[in-house]
Amino acid sequence: MTQTLPREWAHRAPAQRAILWLGWFALVALFVWCWQIMSKDTIWAFVWDAPDQALDIGSRMMPPKWAYLPQLMKPLWDTLNIATLGTVGGVLIAIPVAFLAARNTTPSTTFLRPVALFIIVTSRSINSLIWALLLVAIIGPGLLAGIIAIALRSIGFVGKLLYEAIEETDPRQIEAITATGAGPAQVLTYGIVPQILPAFWSISVFRWDINIRESAILGLVGAGGLGLKMNASLAILAWDQVFVILLLILATVVLSEWISAQVRKAII
Amino acid sequence: MLKLKNLSKTYKTGDTALSDVTLEIDKGQLVGLIGPSGAGKSTLIRCINRLVEPTSGEVWLGDVDLAQLGRADLRHQRRRIGMIFQEYALVERLTVMENVLSGRLGYVPFWRSWLRRFEAEDIRRAYELLDRVGLLQHANKRADALSGGQRQRVGIARALMQTPDLLLVDEPTASLDPKTSRQIMRLLTEICAERGLPAIVNIHDVPLAQSFMERIVGLRAGTVVFDGPPTDLSEAALTEIYGAEDWNTMRREDDDDASVPLDIQDAAEVMA
Repeated sequence: MTQTLPREWAHRAPAQRAILWLGWFALVALFVWCWQIMSKDTIWAFVWDAPDQALDIGSRMMPPKWAYLPQLMKPLWDTLNIATLGTVGGVLIAIPVAFLAARNTTPSTTFLRPVALFIIVTSRSINSLIWALLLVAIIGPGLLAGIIAIALRSIGFVGKLLYEAIEETDPRQIEAITATGAGPAQVLTYGIVPQILPAFWSISVFRWDINIRESAILGLVGAGGLGLKMNASLAILAWDQVFVILLLILATVVLSEWISAQVRKAII
Repeated sequence: MLKLKNLSKTYKTGDTALSDVTLEIDKGQLVGLIGPSGAGKSTLIRCINRLVEPTSGEVWLGDVDLAQLGRADLRHQRRRIGMIFQEYALVERLTVMENVLSGRLGYVPFWRSWLRRFEAEDIRRAYELLDRVGLLQHANKRADALSGGQRQRVGIARALMQTPDLLLVDEPTASLDPKTSRQIMRLLTEICAERGLPAIVNIHDVPLAQSFMERIVGLRAGTVVFDGPPTDLSEAALTEIYGAEDWNTMRREDDDDASVPLDIQDAAEVMA
């Protein structure tokens, strides 16, 4: 123990420090450069005008046209149906996809797993609004287009989170069930399903909650529900109606979030 | 009863876990498998029911070579081999009763297990076993609500539910305190004696192995370096298995581990 001990300690080596400093410098330079481009293309007259415009629209929104509310009940019901049926459909398809995508349950890592992952990525990378736009063009406007759009978008979300939950299961529990001489379906239902069930419900309810929000705007592209009314009101500049619709969406979202929080609390 | 012939296992990484293990275990015999971590104890018992595929060799259970079986036959034979795990490996979110009944999965068709419609006879036996391991009143609790010792008892009941011809026991006490460890070992040895069940028990704790096992097999780097009764496990033998260490101190400490009984009346008098 006669060796001399170092007297100083630094978190990073000098070279690392220099790289880090250069990195921050580049980031700041980029920000300044972007800001210049942005302000060059901005028509400042419109920006200075913004508070007046906002006040103007605000004043047109007041008072909200409450008499419009009864007419919104049917579209609201449609919106809820789009969200719920879309979620159910998406989840039903997501379950087998998730089992094919999870490394520990997929029957083939070379073929089926990439296919499942591709389905998940495709579904996730396209927004519900875009799905709805495509579907309205294919199967015509209406609720069905909305339901399928929501379902298609949900497959990826639910599939991804569910397959991660499957991969995180405790292998010892599965091993123990396998050791009893159980068949593959029994290993699945006894070893894996009980472990992922809480995650499954929590993911599904969470997605339903998101889908309520998304289905409220799908009508903008003709896929039924509240968005349809919103589009109509915007077209005739009926801001007092738009305001009622916005308030209704807000109330629905708050309610659905409360329900989903309650359900998740009950499960975990 | 169980015969291992030239059993070897080399993992894909190139690590040899077992090399050329030959071992014979008679009906009703309790064999303690000891050895340092990484000696291949876990691999050895998992090669028997092929949770790990052996690279070469034969595994004879009665007159069946388990190493040669196809999937369906292997599942059939696994029913004859009960397994008990280090960290219990119960399905945590299922009830105690469901866990015990899962020992019947190899015998019942899928729809029955899915709907939890087990045969009346299975249910009777499950209750009987829960009574035997002292957990009858916990039958409907979830497995994760139990203590370590209780969970291991459920593990034992699940293994027995298979009506096995052989028990494989992987570090049954590694996650338990010393007193519970002894209770679990006692229960295991009693149950094996009652049923004439042979068992291979991987065990870390040498004194525990010596006090409960009839035969000790010492494994080092995948080869059997000791095989004999616990009384033959001399200092030289332990050094052969584990490498040099002061073995006498380690053994002495375990001799009087019985907990001091607290006399409640005395305590009450002092308090008064």
